[in-house]
Amino acid sequence: MSCALLIDFGSTYTKLRAVDLAQACVLASGQGPSTVTSDVTVGLDAALADLERKLNGLPSFKYRLASSSAAGGLRMVTIGLVRELTTEAARQAALGAGAKVVGTFAYRLTPADDHRIAELAPDIILLAGGTDGGNSDVICHNAARIAASALACPIVVAGNRDVAQDLVTLLARTGKTAVLTENVMPSFGELNIDPAREAIRQVFIDRIVHAKGIDRAAARFDALLMPTPAAVMEGARLLADGPSGQSGLGDLLVIDIGGATTDVHSVSPGAPSREGVIQHGLPEPRVKRTVEGDLGMRHNAETIVDAIGLDAVRARSGLAAETVEAILRRIASDVEHLPQSAEEAALDEALAWAAVRLAVKRHAGTVKVVQTVQGPVLVQSGKDLTSVTNVIGTGGPLAHGMTPSTVLQAAVADGKDPSSLQPAAPKLFVDAGYLLYAAGLLAAIEPEPAFNLAMKSLLRVDNEESHGCRRQTA
Amino acid sequence: MTQPANPNEVQAVGSARNRMLVTGVIGSDTHIVGNRILSLALEKAGFRVVSLGALTPASDFIKAAVETAADAILVSSLYGQGELDCRGFRDMCIEAGLDDLLLYVGGNLVVGKRSWEETEKTYLNMGFDRAFAPGTRTPDVIRLLNEDFAARAQGQPIARVKA
Repeated sequence: MSCALLIDFGSTYTKLRAVDLAQACVLASGQGPSTVTSDVTVGLDAALADLERKLNGLPSFKYRLASSSAAGGLRMVTIGLVRELTTEAARQAALGAGAKVVGTFAYRLTPADDHRIAELAPDIILLAGGTDGGNSDVICHNAARIAASALACPIVVAGNRDVAQDLVTLLARTGKTAVLTENVMPSFGELNIDPAREAIRQVFIDRIVHAKGIDRAAARFDALLMPTPAAVMEGARLLADGPSGQSGLGDLLVIDIGGATTDVHSVSPGAPSREGVIQHGLPEPRVKRTVEGDLGMRHNAETIVDAIGLDAVRARSGLAAETVEAILRRIASDVEHLPQSAEEAALDEALAWAAVRLAVKRHAGTVKVVQTVQGPVLVQSGKDLTSVTNVIGTGGPLAHGMTPSTVLQAAVADGKDPSSLQPAAPKLFVDAGYLLYAAGLLAAIEPEPAFNLAMKSLLRVDNEESHGCRRQTA
Repeated sequence: MTQPANPNEVQAVGSARNRMLVTGVIGSDTHIVGNRILSLALEKAGFRVVSLGALTPASDFIKAAVETAADAILVSSLYGQGELDCRGFRDMCIEAGLDDLLLYVGGNLVVGKRSWEETEKTYLNMGFDRAFAPGTRTPDVIRLLNEDFAARAQGQPIARVKA
């Protein structure tokens, strides 16, 4: 039997999946506390002990791979020139690498910006600016400011190639770790974020794992490959495209509802689906991730209510305003609090619904009518996801007790807002076994079992229609 | 056997070669064909061209010029509203730190009956270095770009009239 161990160092739990590669099935799951901030080995050993108990001994694993979102995740600051151009491209690259973008800076860094960046204490800085052959003054200015600062984090340089190599040399001379990669926008309007994503991932493997103390448990696994959001993204990509020689699910949306953020990944070109619509703005990455830092089920439950409105939450949960407020206070005072009563469960479901509603609306593009002399013209910004056929929910809250179909229905266009380009009539699934991250970790080395594993984890929830995917008890 | 030089083909020469130009149709204007022909001709002549296409807000020209360190912006306007769309264009450039950018504008720049002299003056007063009347051929634009970049290389300002 050929087995793999997939580890997720989360911010609350250390989660394990032991997988049989030949059968593409989960043998058992183990869980321990997250102890990355103290000693990572404690939580991992607890989780391994849990797994061992369930399996009556651990099999020998062919692969032991890990992802991590613990210790604040991969905190990144991105810097570019024009906010809507190289600055946005750099931000997309960082998000695509699974980072938590804690700060975004455009144009010339000021002394106040230097101070702010130091406060943000990023794990990695991504420095962009200028198309190849374009503006080089600003990225040179910004690199010089970083070089003169006390910042110790690695810097990935992904800007104007005229000067990029020199800037790496300059930064290295001042004792910084600097990595050269391709420009995130080599020519105007051309998005080239994959090389920067790869460079960030390599820095993560080489340096961040050690900086976060995760390498203390290095003997217990082979490699910590990527931040967990990047693993989920790889899982999403594999599900959509399928392993080579096999077709996947096609265009899809993955919504990861978490305690601190709600992430949305779309795998879809997102080009206008209607004829005559003009696309505006930067080209969109086919695999795109957005992170809503104000839509976390636990760390910012209150801001979800603020964003969607108390009335909407009351209507969905059937709770009185005072009850909603009382439960919100309880959650705020203890972010690890799980729903105990029917009322708390009802509020949780309403919060999850609202988080999905807002996160997908922000992720999806919009279309607006521009009046011209020749009549009205439709102009699209962002991705057109109306024809996306699959919506997949993942993450803790969906797996625990709530009605996933109700929550995921929030991702579907409701017709009230014709400007929003959300999926019109998708199939709804939950990642019942929480296996997307595991499939993402395995995607590069064992694509076929990884794909089958992810497919088996999908549970269709929009109706009773039979489907090839079946429930996988984890 | 050498082919006789085509009088319609003018190349970028001297300091004009490889200059970065930003083109586009400004405002709520969808007339893209002329702008596309111009962009292709400029590219063929040896310029580097970023074409923003139709329906381009003034601010997008500036953003593209900043990022690409453009040497000139060529604005097209065909639907008669150019005067409104182009108002403050030079100021926006200065605001964005693009101090000595060459600014051209061309197309059907006004509606109604106004002499070309009057129209040209309007746009030059707005800070454009040159305004082009309907029916201008691309080689003429390239010739003037050559002249203006050469003048600039010698430290001469290009804006001609400030009435």
